[in-house]
Amino acid sequence: MGLNRKDLLGMQDLTAEEIQLILETAEPMKDIIRRQIKKVPTLRGKVVINLFYEPSTRTRTSFELAGKYMSADTINISTSTSSVVKGETLQDTAKTLEVMGADVVVIRHSAAGAPHILSKHLSASVINAGDGFHEHPTQALLDMFTIKEKKGRIAGLKVAIVGDILHSRVARSNIWGLARMGAEVRVIGPATLVPPEIEKLGVTIYTSVEEGVRDADVIMVLRIQLERQQKGLFPTIREYARLYGITAERVSLARPDVMIMHPGPMNRGVEIAPEVADSMQSVINEQVTNGVAVRMALLYLLAGGGNPHETVG
Amino acid sequence: MKLLVKGGKIIDPANNFFQVADILVRDGKIAAVARNIEADNAEIIEAKGKLVMPGLIDMHVHLREPGLEAKETIATGTRAAAMGGFTAVACMPNTKPVVDNRALVEFIKSRAASEGAVHVFPIGAITKGSEGIELAEIGDMKLAGAVAVSDDGRPVMNAQVMRLAMQYAQMFDLPVISHCEDTSLVAEGVMHEGYHSTVFGLKGITSAAEEVMVARDIILAELTGARVHIAHVSTAGSVELIRMAKRKGIKVSAEATPHHFTLTDEAVGNYDTSTKVNPPLRGAGDVRAVKDGLRDGTIDVIATDHAPHTVEEKDVEYQYAPFGMVGLETAVGLAFRELVRPGILSVEELVMKISCNPARILGLNKGHLGRGADADITIVDPDLKETVDVNKFASKGKNSPFHGWELIGLPVVTVVGGRIVMRDRKLVL
Repeated sequence: MGLNRKDLLGMQDLTAEEIQLILETAEPMKDIIRRQIKKVPTLRGKVVINLFYEPSTRTRTSFELAGKYMSADTINISTSTSSVVKGETLQDTAKTLEVMGADVVVIRHSAAGAPHILSKHLSASVINAGDGFHEHPTQALLDMFTIKEKKGRIAGLKVAIVGDILHSRVARSNIWGLARMGAEVRVIGPATLVPPEIEKLGVTIYTSVEEGVRDADVIMVLRIQLERQQKGLFPTIREYARLYGITAERVSLARPDVMIMHPGPMNRGVEIAPEVADSMQSVINEQVTNGVAVRMALLYLLAGGGNPHETVG
Repeated sequence: MKLLVKGGKIIDPANNFFQVADILVRDGKIAAVARNIEADNAEIIEAKGKLVMPGLIDMHVHLREPGLEAKETIATGTRAAAMGGFTAVACMPNTKPVVDNRALVEFIKSRAASEGAVHVFPIGAITKGSEGIELAEIGDMKLAGAVAVSDDGRPVMNAQVMRLAMQYAQMFDLPVISHCEDTSLVAEGVMHEGYHSTVFGLKGITSAAEEVMVARDIILAELTGARVHIAHVSTAGSVELIRMAKRKGIKVSAEATPHHFTLTDEAVGNYDTSTKVNPPLRGAGDVRAVKDGLRDGTIDVIATDHAPHTVEEKDVEYQYAPFGMVGLETAVGLAFRELVRPGILSVEELVMKISCNPARILGLNKGHLGRGADADITIVDPDLKETVDVNKFASKGKNSPFHGWELIGLPVVTVVGGRIVMRDRKLVL
């Protein structure tokens, strides 16, 4: 069975059952990645186009490998220019890809809502690989898969998300997904980087990292971007690191079996101390592997194809 | 040439006249208002069961000519006005080039005279090029026919420049129309800052961006004694500031748009760029406050801020789309839906806000139906239903979030200077 939807635009409108299905489907996918010959014919004849309007190594490669492991034909289109600068509208670009035969269009774009435009104009499936500050649902799904794999559950866990919540699509998607699966979500950051009325999403806000990480089962560290400092949202990178950097000392306030997560790429020594990033508690590399598995699951569920268990390559 | 409007209910607040009567129009003027007028050779307009009002005046529209004719022209914009029941519009100067001198004021007047379907009253810029630095030739523009000054769309950020503009405009008894927006607080915001901006991941525009400027301009109005008109009030805080200013006797007036008393920021859902407007659609509490302000007289005027854009400009990612929505052809229906039928405004009060008060603020001898008045007349059928279809708009702009809405209470006749320009929901030109 597949997902009863054409697109994945965000975690906001996914039900707990749908999230469950995606996470369960990702488990056998992870087995495929561990094999000597990482190839199943499940999506043979399907075309997956990665349309990336923002620079990305991790997510784009992850989607590309996910498609290739499943035998789909994957094409990457990377362009740093927005549709406005380029002179062609987003929907015209996408329509062009569709008439060439795309079955799935994966889109990364700096403008929130860009995947929604594609969704309206295309009959192909659209997967949001990050749109502005809005959502990054596949990151949340791989984070949730990782948590579930390590902790055996999501419900009841205390998850602390630390950093620039205001500009973070990763935070928004994780908040929707984790809250829906019953986790207790906290957001931690300077008041200037916490979006208005975020508490209505069911999270608790902390401006003190020491209070926020206390007894946490999971600490999810967000990347801080230098450009935010330049816009005056906080005084200096140095002060940010001092007040919000996740150090071993701060990790010790959390539960002893706390998991440290980071969506990457990391600023070592700024939002995360190198010894924390490389500690036993860190699952940062696991997240990357799981990202491929979760994206394989999504491509399978959205683009159809046979049962992955039957199609051993 | 004679016109006889028969049997309608006359709504003429300026003359305190609210009765069923006939109106005889001769040579562009109102010749008589009485029961059972008989006239030979007059064209008859049957208005039984309908509301006969002084011609509606929209004091805030963007006709986009000169320079932006792909969005709208004086010809198409005034036709949209006629369809919406407006007999006069005041047009904002943010064209290309900006209307900041006599030549451009005269250009608009001459285009309107040759191509326009309704009266057009130009608004001149406050500063040259609306750059907020040096005063434009406000006196000369007044002599050429400008009815107000405004840097609409580009707020005058420098308080001293605004103060000087008020002092200067006051000499000519010209109102200064202020688009209240502190651009430093707006930053790169594209919608109201609140829960929905957080969820949609779009940069927010805090209510404070409007309110700090409303407060500043009220203080400057008190200092200078100038007449200040606050355009498109959108927040509860602004309504409260204006209410306090009026209580103190400061010469401030204010307008609200149909979209700000109808829609909340929730309408931005699914990134529909027709909802992208400046000031942005606000929260439910703000919408309530705007309605309260209309009810208690804090807000004097309903104006549309009709802002047409091309489909190509609007059919892009939300953050790249230009601000603005069209409003001329949906204003009356929305006012009936949101204000008249719920009992917030009587029809008489609505006419005050959409005809009498704009005329008074702009210094126009309009907004009344007494003998000798200009024969600008709008007839509204309060029971007529129509589904909004942007493809049928007379405006070039199709950027309306009300597409598909069923509106009840629509203008059925528009008479401009004794000439019928719209009849039975069709242009007659």
